[in-house]
Amino acid sequence: MATTADGFQAHTEDHAHDHADHKPGFFARWFMSTNHKDIGTLYLIFAIIAGIIGGAISGLMRWELAAPGLQVMGQVVSALGGDGTSFDQQGHMWNVLITAHGLIMVFFMVMPAMIGGFGNWFVPLMIGAPDMAFPRMNNVSFWLTVAGFFSLLFSLFVPGGVGNGAGIGWTAYAPLSTTASPGPAVDFAIFSLHLAGAGSILGATNFITTIFNMRAPGMTLHKMPLFVWSVLVTAFLLLLALPVLAAAITMLLTDRNFGTTFFTAAGGGDPVLYQHLFWFFGHPEVYIMILPGFGMVSQIVATFSRKPVFGYLGMAYAMVAIGVVGFIVWAHHMYTVGLSVNTKMYFTAATMVIAVPTGIKIFSWIATMWGGSIEFKSPMVWAMGFIFLFTVGGVTGVVLANGGIDDNLHDTYYVVAHFHYVLSMGAVFSIFAGFYYWFPKMSGRWHSEFLSHLHFWTFFVGVNVIFFPMHFLGLQGMARRYPDFTAAYSYWNEIASYGYLIMAGSMIIFFVNIGYALLAGRRAEDNYWGEGATTLEWSLSSPPPFHQFETLPVIEDHHSADDHISAKPATA
Amino acid sequence: MNLGDIARNKLQSLALLVAAVSLAILPQSSFAQEISEPATSVDEAVAEGQSVADGEVVTETDAPAFEHFGPDMILGQPTSFEDDAIASMTFQDQYTVNGDYALWMHDAILMPIITAISLFVLGLLMWVILRYRRAKNPNPSKTSHNTLIEVIWTVVPVIILVVIAVPSISLIAKQYQAPPEDAITIKANGYQWYWGYEYVDNGGFEVISNMLSVEEALTAGEPHQLAVDNRMVVPVGVPIRLQTFGADVIHSFGMPSLWFKLDAVPGRINEKVLTIEQEGIYYGQCMELCGARHGYMPITIEARSMEDFNAWVQSQPGGMTRAQLDAEAAAAAAPAPEADAEGEEADADAEADAADAETAAAAA
Repeated sequence: MATTADGFQAHTEDHAHDHADHKPGFFARWFMSTNHKDIGTLYLIFAIIAGIIGGAISGLMRWELAAPGLQVMGQVVSALGGDGTSFDQQGHMWNVLITAHGLIMVFFMVMPAMIGGFGNWFVPLMIGAPDMAFPRMNNVSFWLTVAGFFSLLFSLFVPGGVGNGAGIGWTAYAPLSTTASPGPAVDFAIFSLHLAGAGSILGATNFITTIFNMRAPGMTLHKMPLFVWSVLVTAFLLLLALPVLAAAITMLLTDRNFGTTFFTAAGGGDPVLYQHLFWFFGHPEVYIMILPGFGMVSQIVATFSRKPVFGYLGMAYAMVAIGVVGFIVWAHHMYTVGLSVNTKMYFTAATMVIAVPTGIKIFSWIATMWGGSIEFKSPMVWAMGFIFLFTVGGVTGVVLANGGIDDNLHDTYYVVAHFHYVLSMGAVFSIFAGFYYWFPKMSGRWHSEFLSHLHFWTFFVGVNVIFFPMHFLGLQGMARRYPDFTAAYSYWNEIASYGYLIMAGSMIIFFVNIGYALLAGRRAEDNYWGEGATTLEWSLSSPPPFHQFETLPVIEDHHSADDHISAKPATA
Repeated sequence: MNLGDIARNKLQSLALLVAAVSLAILPQSSFAQEISEPATSVDEAVAEGQSVADGEVVTETDAPAFEHFGPDMILGQPTSFEDDAIASMTFQDQYTVNGDYALWMHDAILMPIITAISLFVLGLLMWVILRYRRAKNPNPSKTSHNTLIEVIWTVVPVIILVVIAVPSISLIAKQYQAPPEDAITIKANGYQWYWGYEYVDNGGFEVISNMLSVEEALTAGEPHQLAVDNRMVVPVGVPIRLQTFGADVIHSFGMPSLWFKLDAVPGRINEKVLTIEQEGIYYGQCMELCGARHGYMPITIEARSMEDFNAWVQSQPGGMTRAQLDAEAAAAAAPAPEADAEGEEADADAEADAADAETAAAAA
């Protein structure tokens, strides 16, 4: 391992091999980076920019939905340079916005932040490795993701049927995405997923190789911090699921452009085949988005309770179980498509099984806190918010798992509420928890704890005001992906739109906080969270040196810099 | 159950080549028949129907103009917060037996369980916040394992899930009960962006249904975005074999107050039984993203007594009640038995002749 690190440095640094903090010039450092921490930073900045765009789009959506009728879409069409604002063009623009919001938030905000950002930054640090296994490929992963994002943004300005942009939903169901959407916009949107997907596959191989081969001496798999476990499981999900997506959307492209009929009934194909392929990727994808969050919350809860994680092995293998079962439940997204009765019964039963390992995780986090000495720093309040809101999103998932119940709730706002509770609150709360946990480590500067708490409470109120009423709308039968609705749905839609304003204000607090930290934040010590923080990144300076662990740390059973389970009692 | 399943079964049972050929040909031929329909515009469809009706003017003249239900008969629609705060936060009232069962399962089993779990987790969090905060508990315990509690929080959720799964599976079984053979078949065709209701068992006419504008809907006293010009009229209290089909892209036939949702997919016919318990008007919408006017292709079902339904059918161009169809079939079939009888007689004669000939030959 030490040889690997030396070889790597010999390539990236011409001279001055003696000093770990020698950094290349600006362009070489940020545009040709092979440093896992710099690439992690790039991913985080990218995710924040994508999140601002995706969040702004959701603002337009909530603005439109604040009252019945079409008020906003016309201006949006004009603002994006569309020629004409006919009724159909407005409806199409709505579909373009929901598509862009979904794709941006999934592929260019949550995934880059969690896996690209925190994964790149902290997996090597936590396993005591000098860098990722394939540093140059790491850079390729990032820039492929950026290229994918530009391809998606470009699609907004080229024709996609009635107007500009791809109005096919993030799921891109055929034949809406094939025969019913002429124009290059959909091709660019599909190609965007190819690029982002390729980046993610490369990233996944990188993580798997790194975690299997570059752990510090003495760090067995069963001593890895749970965040590393979560990224490992996530990487396997990516590696197995994304090629299926790539195949499905390649078939979309050939159906669109080269006369194949994989998903066209008139030529012997089947539109439902696309849904099976998409959701075979799509369901593991939702665990890809949440598992690293599970890992971060585990680290944070243990740190601030000053206790080792309760049931470490159970926690690790619960994630493995979630990953495995996540591959055999995909058709619960397709209950109304005309499945046979036995298929529907199977997917109902299999889906409910996932609640068991998820429950193990929730209870283990609480048991970790039980008997602890809890300090309510900002990462901890975000993590506790995560635990509660993820539970709420999880139990509505149990409702939706029932195929017979889903016959009424499928494609209604109840589903929207459910997946925003697990993603917009689950995944995003864990991202903020991780952000505040590690921001001083990454930047060397302290954020304001006061602003962080203020950010939490305003965000907590905001997202609940947005998304809780959506349960009511869904139960009442309001369909998803509608720009307009009957008067009876007005009240709760208006409330939800007010919630967006609270949430948007909360995000301003977040950006003020970052600005404050970077400009005037006080310097952070090596281990600023104190004795509860026991993983290897806390043994380094804040920010860590440009190259770390040139001498590999050795993990012993009684070593203080071990992960949380090392502190297990003698009886265990 | 549906074409897709049949195709799948074929794939399993036949050789791959045969299956591939049949897949390539069968959907094509069935689709070719359907694909011509979206091409006909609303006016053309009506005109076609008219000409058919003109051809057989049996009931057209003496049938009175059919009177549709007014807004006082609206049953299945969303409730606004202002009208009833609690009702605006729950399911719409249900008007099918399966809907009642599903609603019971949600309200009596699922809601209490998920509420209890959420509150339980919230309570535990509150407890650890109060009891184990640093000021209260400066010295953390080092406990990280307890096999008993881990077994409990694995087994108890499993039991809860079994409690949910039993009624859930039985609900699915109920929803998939096959319609009786004499059930009336109605085919809902999803087009971009309107619905067409094809009365397969009543002469095969198709009702084209477009959304009313906001002004038209409000004038008619109906909810806007949900009201349509031509409703899907169905008989109440009898099982309807409701089929869905997508003419261009995937649509979905969603009726919140009937606990009914079935995708309308190009190339396959989905089918489910629907029995509406009460006369009235029920609103639904397209529930699968289908393009620019996805939000503007609602469904209005008007459930009427069989008598009214038959009257409505007769008021439709080309509409034939079952009695009429039976009578016609009987009329068409009536000469047939005579012909058969004659044939038999002829046969008998021939046999007799042959027998005569034989006897004659024997005699000779």
